[in-house]
Amino acid sequence: MRPAGDPAAIERGKGLYGVNCQFCHGADTRGGDGGPSLLRSALVLADDQGELMAPVMRSGRPGMPKFTMTDEQIADIAAFVHTFRAAGYDESRMKPPSIVVGDAKAGEALFQSKCASCHSVSGDLRGLATRIPDPRLLQQTWLMPGTGGGRGAAPVVRVPPTTVIVTLPSGERVEGTLDRIDDFTVSLTMADGTRRSFQTTGNTPKVDIRDPLQPHRDLWRTYSDTDIHNVTAFLVTLK
Amino acid sequence: MSAHIPLRARRFFVIPVVIVASSVLAAGQSGGLDPAQLLKPLADSWPSYSGDYTGRRYSALTQITQANVKQLSLAWTARLSGATPATTSIGGEGTGDIPIGNPNVKGAVLMVNGVLYVTSPDHVWALDAHDGHELWHYFWKTRGGTHIGNRGVAMWGNYLYFVTPDDCFVSLDARTGKERWHKEIVPFSQQYFLTSAPMTVGNHIMVGTGNDLDSPGYLMSFDPETGAEQWRFYTVPMNPGDPGLDTWKSLDAARHGGGHPWLPGVYDPETHLYIFGTGNPTPAYTSLPRGDGLANLFTCAIVAVNVDTGKMEWYYQTSPHDTHDWDSAQTPVLVDGDFRGSGPRKMVLTASRNGYYFTIDRRTGEHMVTSTFSDTVNWAKPQLNSKGQPVREPAKDHHVAGALVSAANGGTTNWPPPAYSPDTGLLYVPTAETYAMYYLTETDPRGAMGLGGKDEVSVGTMGSYISAIDYKTGKTVWKHKFRTVGGGRGAPGLMTTAGKLLFGGDVSGNFVAFDPATGNPLWHTTIGQVSNAPETYLVEGRQHVLVAAGDTLYAFALYQ
Repeated sequence: MRPAGDPAAIERGKGLYGVNCQFCHGADTRGGDGGPSLLRSALVLADDQGELMAPVMRSGRPGMPKFTMTDEQIADIAAFVHTFRAAGYDESRMKPPSIVVGDAKAGEALFQSKCASCHSVSGDLRGLATRIPDPRLLQQTWLMPGTGGGRGAAPVVRVPPTTVIVTLPSGERVEGTLDRIDDFTVSLTMADGTRRSFQTTGNTPKVDIRDPLQPHRDLWRTYSDTDIHNVTAFLVTLK
Repeated sequence: MSAHIPLRARRFFVIPVVIVASSVLAAGQSGGLDPAQLLKPLADSWPSYSGDYTGRRYSALTQITQANVKQLSLAWTARLSGATPATTSIGGEGTGDIPIGNPNVKGAVLMVNGVLYVTSPDHVWALDAHDGHELWHYFWKTRGGTHIGNRGVAMWGNYLYFVTPDDCFVSLDARTGKERWHKEIVPFSQQYFLTSAPMTVGNHIMVGTGNDLDSPGYLMSFDPETGAEQWRFYTVPMNPGDPGLDTWKSLDAARHGGGHPWLPGVYDPETHLYIFGTGNPTPAYTSLPRGDGLANLFTCAIVAVNVDTGKMEWYYQTSPHDTHDWDSAQTPVLVDGDFRGSGPRKMVLTASRNGYYFTIDRRTGEHMVTSTFSDTVNWAKPQLNSKGQPVREPAKDHHVAGALVSAANGGTTNWPPPAYSPDTGLLYVPTAETYAMYYLTETDPRGAMGLGGKDEVSVGTMGSYISAIDYKTGKTVWKHKFRTVGGGRGAPGLMTTAGKLLFGGDVSGNFVAFDPATGNPLWHTTIGQVSNAPETYLVEGRQHVLVAAGDTLYAFALYQ
């Protein structure tokens, strides 16, 4: 990151840039009518105070005229150009239009056919859009409940736990909330709070996992993006 | 041709470099690693990134077998410390006060003459392979740059070479850890960062670039003694008339087009071809400034360059006009074998981050097989094109209201190395089947820079696997799904041995030996999340298996 430039120089540079450069290179240096982006120009990135920009400005390039300017004027333009940060992520530009673009009626029909066996708009989903007012978060949440809350944020809906039934060779069945599983061990907590773990080899003992969100996963492959946008358009009406 | 060779170097390299034992080493270089050793099949040592030039990660060692692997026991552990006591050699041009976090081993550990050389960003350690005790430590004071990982050192004689996140190429004396020289080889001002393990081929030390901003990618070759640049191959057109320029909107677009070769390649001594993968084009997501639907050569491709000249012999693009930052930079694998009754063929295998698998003729770049090794990948049209390439479905790039795409940005596979066993004819690939919503946030037609312009929000995973792929058909012969809760992390890298074993970490902190024919686990131990690919070598005649989990190395051996 460059150190912040002198505000007075930046202000002078902005004026000079606006008159001489902006038409071709854009008000934000990201390219304009015919001129390339200066923001990602190797020369501008390597420039410190106009020392590399000066020869180009004074000699011109194919398609770019010569400019007669003093060292100070070029340094001022450089100071202004260097206020734009060269980076992939620019928070100030991350203001997309609404993500609600779908057809609520079509979404309702899809909801009735795919979702209504587990969910009800007058039951568990009542007031959903009031509870989750951000449409994008609502969309992420219905695609996969418990996610989409953003980095470090708490999930916006409570998800029922995954349960597991372990059937031992003796025939004994041990059932509980799944705590951890890999190819070699399964750990669970029984209804009375007892924790139990079992070593597993291949399919012994038999382990039967019940993930209440599996139907959500299984549907990902079946949706078109239009389906998704339609369901979201319907769910945002559940105030 | 996008190779730019200084005239001086061009003249010098008209004479093909002949690799003869010891002849390329200068006086005073007795001991250490003779580059001729790198031509041998992988067995008693691990002298380069993939162990040998094929990238197969198949060791000829047979002490540890399916019959005795259950007796494998811990030989030693070594926890790497980033502390810099007075014994540490210190280099670098930074102030030394930028916190860089704990060491994390995400690359190859070289084992040469009983010494291990291991890296983390800004660190190199030499350890005694007998017990893991530290012989020396080198620390680089950074100026900054992305510290995402370091893939290891290269060796030539008694010299080591590694790169830094702030764009320097550093040579150390392997006997002492003292710096010989360093130089900035790509401009730090343009936000390049270096992670790759350099590769030694004869009198060449090769390094590829990395950068997430709009910049050209290139592969450089350096003189091992002096570090002088021998040649440079740009992966995108840089001048009028360069090949591939017609696959870009403009020369300016090509010159900012990415294609960074950020992982080491493999080498075919017969043809003198260094074969490597290139990264994504830039801007990665808002792709219109690259030219609507144009292929953007030579990004997301397998490229073969003659090591003597730095000139490209062939290429095969695995993702024309990529729009998801799905690099094809994965280290390819060289295999000689039968192919559908056409007799022995010399091939390159690559499983790409985009979810597609390819078999390619390694002398010509001719396409042989394409398949997908993911059940969820949905970004391409159902039919391949006439060259066997997947064809992007533009509606699955992104959408203001979100496009549901598999895979998520991490891809179906990523840098963790695959492995191949000639015993089974199968390529083993760490695989993940993930979904994310890709929201377009930059609606300005000029697009964003680098990886910007979209917001990718994870949806979830169908699972993490090892996939075993038949190179003749592209079919997945078996797929081992790791049982786990939550997380869609990809599995770490793999290694196979002539003891009929496949070693690798799972996604739950276990280090596992599998049967390469079936994917069934035969042995495991819980050491924490494995962070690199396993390796194997002999120490005083005893086979060891080495793997890293974050800042700790674990060595295993048989003692019965």
